[in-house]
Amino acid sequence: MKVKMLSRNPDHYVRETKLDLQRVPRNYDPTLHPFEVPREYIRALNAAKLERVFAKPFLASLDGHRDGVNCLAKNPKSLATVLSGACDGEVKIWNLTKRKCIRTIQAHEGFVRGICTRFCGTSFFTVGDDKTVKQWKMDGPSCGEEEEPLHTILGKTVYTGIDHHWREAVFATCGQQVDIWDEQRTSPICSMTWGFDSISSVKFNPIETFLLGSCASDRNIVLYDMRQATPLKKVILDMRTNTICWNPMEAFIFTAANEDYNLYTFDMRALDTPVMVHMDHVSAVLDVDYSPTGREFVSASFDKSIRIFPVDKSRSREVYHTKRMQHVICVKWTADSKYIMCGSDEMNIRLWKANASEKLGVLTSRERAATDYNQKLKEKFQHHPYIKRISRHRHLPKSIYSQIQEQRIMKEARRRKELNRIKHSKPGSVQMVSEKKKHVVAVVK
Amino acid sequence: METVPEPGSNVPPKKDRLQTKKKKPRRYWEQETTGTAAGASPGPPRKRKRNRELRPQKPKKNDTSKKFRMSKKPRELKSPRPQRSLSGAQDPFAGPAPVSVEVVQKYCRIDKSKELPHPKTKTRSRLVVAEAQEEETSVRAARSELLLTEEPGFLEGEDGEDTAKIRQADIVEAVDIASAAKHFDLNLRQFGPYRLNYSRTGRHLAFGGRRGHVAALDWVTKKLTCEINVMEAVRDIRFLHSEALLAVAQNRWLHIYDNQGIELHCVRRCDRVTRLEFLPFHFLLATASETGFLTYLDVSVGKIVAALNARAGRLSVMTQNPYNAVIHLGHSNGTVSLWSPAMKEPLVKILCHRGGVRAVAVDSTGMHMATSGLDHQLKVFDLRGTFQPLSARTLPQGAGHLAFSQRGLLAAGMGDVVNIWAGQGKASPPSLEQPYLTHRLSGHVHGLQFCPYEDVLGVGHSGGITSMLVPGAAEPNFDGLESNPYRSRKQRQEWEVKALLEKVPAELICLDPRALAEVDVISLEQAKKERAERLVRSGAPRAWVPLPTTSHPHCILRSTAPCLRGCCSFHLPPLPQGYDPDARTPFQPKPKQKGRSSTASLVKRKRKVMDQEHRVSGHRGRAGHPKGNALLLAPLASSTCHFSPVSPYPGQNPPEPGAAAAEAREGQAHGGPAVGPGQIRALSQAPGPRRNILSPRPPVGNYPSLE
Repeated sequence: MKVKMLSRNPDHYVRETKLDLQRVPRNYDPTLHPFEVPREYIRALNAAKLERVFAKPFLASLDGHRDGVNCLAKNPKSLATVLSGACDGEVKIWNLTKRKCIRTIQAHEGFVRGICTRFCGTSFFTVGDDKTVKQWKMDGPSCGEEEEPLHTILGKTVYTGIDHHWREAVFATCGQQVDIWDEQRTSPICSMTWGFDSISSVKFNPIETFLLGSCASDRNIVLYDMRQATPLKKVILDMRTNTICWNPMEAFIFTAANEDYNLYTFDMRALDTPVMVHMDHVSAVLDVDYSPTGREFVSASFDKSIRIFPVDKSRSREVYHTKRMQHVICVKWTADSKYIMCGSDEMNIRLWKANASEKLGVLTSRERAATDYNQKLKEKFQHHPYIKRISRHRHLPKSIYSQIQEQRIMKEARRRKELNRIKHSKPGSVQMVSEKKKHVVAVVK
Repeated sequence: METVPEPGSNVPPKKDRLQTKKKKPRRYWEQETTGTAAGASPGPPRKRKRNRELRPQKPKKNDTSKKFRMSKKPRELKSPRPQRSLSGAQDPFAGPAPVSVEVVQKYCRIDKSKELPHPKTKTRSRLVVAEAQEEETSVRAARSELLLTEEPGFLEGEDGEDTAKIRQADIVEAVDIASAAKHFDLNLRQFGPYRLNYSRTGRHLAFGGRRGHVAALDWVTKKLTCEINVMEAVRDIRFLHSEALLAVAQNRWLHIYDNQGIELHCVRRCDRVTRLEFLPFHFLLATASETGFLTYLDVSVGKIVAALNARAGRLSVMTQNPYNAVIHLGHSNGTVSLWSPAMKEPLVKILCHRGGVRAVAVDSTGMHMATSGLDHQLKVFDLRGTFQPLSARTLPQGAGHLAFSQRGLLAAGMGDVVNIWAGQGKASPPSLEQPYLTHRLSGHVHGLQFCPYEDVLGVGHSGGITSMLVPGAAEPNFDGLESNPYRSRKQRQEWEVKALLEKVPAELICLDPRALAEVDVISLEQAKKERAERLVRSGAPRAWVPLPTTSHPHCILRSTAPCLRGCCSFHLPPLPQGYDPDARTPFQPKPKQKGRSSTASLVKRKRKVMDQEHRVSGHRGRAGHPKGNALLLAPLASSTCHFSPVSPYPGQNPPEPGAAAAEAREGQAHGGPAVGPGQIRALSQAPGPRRNILSPRPPVGNYPSLE
């Protein structure tokens, strides 16, 4: 007879002293872990609920401006530094860790229309309603020195926007035409126009650094190549575009914030159809900025809210609003991809978390593992109705909520009318136009 | 030909080289034979062995390269040669450890026999990726078996010796002191036959005698936690989720005691209870009563979840299926009915015996059910959908009590004798020919349970309690996060909170616990049909047809008559009633820009594309979906897909027609969860560093069926 009984030595399973960690032997045998799917489903449900419980995105409000905040800029070399220009010509430099203004400059008379930092982070440029372009040092003046710009360029017309090249000492301004300037010269090295209308924004492409995009109030978006004397091509939309922003990861993708409440993501190689139409705002979209990962962007709207869209989704994943925040004019996504700043009409700059329920600060490895696991669970069960409902739910102010309902009714009515028209006309004579194609009027090369 | 130079040797003999020069140009199929001839010098059967393993074994020096070329999975062969370290020593076990295919199969969650649906490319690629991840997870989980420390026990006779002849005293004599101490007898003759229950960790034992004696003890240290006399007949006793709470079915009502013996609750809603079962993941205490009601009590909130009238008279035989938490009731008319609190009717009724059912037991994988009846039969049923008996035998007395152990041993109490049968392994049914062990007790058996994680069978009988040694009964390696026999108080408290947080709702109890991860095909089909109808009614589906960018010069039909060529959307034929908006538009060859495009070439091209598609769909080794559409594919991506969490709820499910074969006997089968035949396999994986890999579906072996 050969016999062996299961006989465990308790010393192998119990910790020796109280200072040790508890021993947890694992066995992944499926029969020891029954109800895998229902339990994971419940865990996912709990994770979705907890995510909504901990969704407290608002971090701070930076006040100090005496008029509406018109433009924001990030410092490429310092995460904590933010620059803002107001409608009374004042520029403030903020320290985000202290949440304090560290410097105030009366830069222009009238609005500060645009502000941008140099790629090295040592100086910044502002343009204003007083037809000047000014370059300022990032560090404040030393004791006894006066606050003065490094350079001032007097122009003939009002400049409405400015952007700096990502690698070279070149910047671009826009107004009645797009001007490209060498930092050392007082006259533009190149001026480009296409049509006669005021251009509201100009942006350099961060990857293909010779490319620029601009949008004008005659409803078009124009693309330029700095090496050529003439613009590349333009696309005309239904309504005017307020700002564009290039995707920092994909060189040929950009997103345009439009007056018709939508955002359009274009592939610059095929402008006739946008890659995606992002619909959720209920009023004109005023500004857009990409996350440094290039997967998401944030948009600021006249409807007093900001929204975060994934690049490949037409609906937003997040909406931020407060009772006090008025029309949001400018928005920026910080370079560490964790925070969002927005400047609004009522003179405040607000700081938000990019992920509403994220825990700030250092995470222990167990915390990190738990959040990763919860994230994966939510992803796995995202289509289940309860979980979907919980994770989609957002509280909205009454004005936005009722406007959404109203616009839904209007959209449905339009659709019904279109269907009726198709039904009552000669077959084939009236076509259904897809949402993507509807808004593009023409592409000109 | 046989003298192709060996790959290891540098200088082959000259003669051979001359011969190889002279030989004729080889055909491509000849390459194969010579290649194997060269590599097969160490011995050809090696190749076959390789196919059974996912990773290479430790490579031998001289023939590594050839062997690896022959191996099946080139992706996993990252380090073909053992790496040399600084000291010049070789790692004899280079690369990851080998895992056998059978072990991987155990951890595999996807059922490869099910067809992969025919989705849109994006969804399909995601499915493929998910599948690959899933496979890798199972390989990793299988590899982690190397880390398991304990080996299961065993009992083998000398050649020709019958293990059933071996007495407990012999075993006690042969094993070590610690194991010998696990065999004991409690002589409690005056309090009548005993029922007993082990806690989930296997550390604690509670027993209650017919004459009111209730006691709980840590049976390993033999430390008594409480002992009371409830002054009333005790019919059954059961630990709740931890050893601190104890449910006792007394003559009148159900009482709950704590580990001090203090009565916490008297549940008067559950009266005249005969049997108790606790569902640990749902926190439900199921009670079967003399009045014929099966009542589910949620012990975490103290509410009665469901009270089901079985309409079969007195209920005195009950057990739970630990795989899916379905309650099995045995009735006096020879049927066993399967119940879930979500349904008012039994999920399945199985006619098992002629005459009443005396005992039912279900094994831990949820695949086998053992029943014994008044007809003195002992049968093992297959629970995986067919509900057919796999084996049966007649016992002289008939078994009054049955119990399965964690490793699939079946114990039966017949009068004052306990018989134990063993199977081949964990997932195989016990073979009823030859008992593995037998033992005669001092009284009639009244309760049986295998102790979890210990090679011990507890028997309650009219003379007291006996703890028998059954080598090889229990799972040797426990999982510390599920149930840890050595847990401290803090660990128990933490576990309790976590377990309560992930309490599974009672509505989710159904026959297939994985149904939640599958696509609810029925409502999916329904939604699809509705959508198609809506589109047909509104006449809008042109949006789904690609619009022509330019007009087609060859299309001469400018009238409203349908374009027979189907080349442009201007003259589409009227929509048929069975219009499918998600169907792929059939391939149309582009018209030639220059020259005449002959009909024959168009037809030829069309057929070519069709053949190509056919081949691609067949290449995956499974037949493509007959309709070849995208709807089934929705599970991961699209917003139109519906999952089944709605379906387990009562009243929403139409009875599934061909669900259980049990109806062959009883004619009354009700579909439990709504999972249709063409469902997508569950892609359940949640990678992540600290993921609690929970159970996959038990491996599916092949049974000999008794049809």
